[in-house]
Amino acid sequence: MSDDNKMTIIATKGTFDWAFPPFIIASTGVAMDKEVTIFFTFYGLNLLLKDTSKLKVSPIGNPSMPMKMPFGPKWLQKIDFGPKIPNVLWNIPGAESLVTWMMKKTMAKHGVAKIEELRSMCQEFDVKFIACEMTVELFGFDKSDFIDGVEFAGAAMYFDEASTGYHHLYM
Amino acid sequence: MADETLDASGLNCPLPILKTKKALSKMDAGKILDVISTDAGSVKDIEAFCNQTGNKLISTTEDGGKYVFTIEKV
Repeated sequence: MSDDNKMTIIATKGTFDWAFPPFIIASTGVAMDKEVTIFFTFYGLNLLLKDTSKLKVSPIGNPSMPMKMPFGPKWLQKIDFGPKIPNVLWNIPGAESLVTWMMKKTMAKHGVAKIEELRSMCQEFDVKFIACEMTVELFGFDKSDFIDGVEFAGAAMYFDEASTGYHHLYM
Repeated sequence: MADETLDASGLNCPLPILKTKKALSKMDAGKILDVISTDAGSVKDIEAFCNQTGNKLISTTEDGGKYVFTIEKV
């Protein structure tokens, strides 16, 4: 495989919704014969946790997120409640869990893969997962919190991975 | 006539591509794979996938929202 095939992603977000882009692009990249590395740093480290139940959608300060019912009559499912609900209501305990549950329902209905499924496909196709050592320590994670097959390194290793190829993305 | 058939109906991006890749990796060169998909996005995606990986897209047919892609493995 030529060096031009290298592709890297820096994954920095740790919410349920933002867990998808890195894993979707990475798994598609390897499927298309790219050699892919994801460098997980700051909140992105959460995407490597064995327990993904902590990943939640945050409705606070997320004005572009459509809020549609994943079930019920067709006319009801078409209504976007997002702009209709005042942001202050999202501070109620349980709001994040409710929105996350609704998004999971909607995704399942649309045949979207689960995070764990995309992540294990990435590993099956040999996507390299690097966890930023500095932020692992900074946030008090234990290396045993993470799934198997993760390498721990710093920014210099990212540059080594990203020194060739055309696709280097920050997410 | 296809040697293998992959039914990716009901699955959404990027699953049809990932499953196609997996199915092709288990096949010998020259063998034919039929991929069935209901994801309209897979029309462009399968084309791009074949472009990049060198596999040959022999035909694409559509019947009532159901797509069949016939791919020859290189």
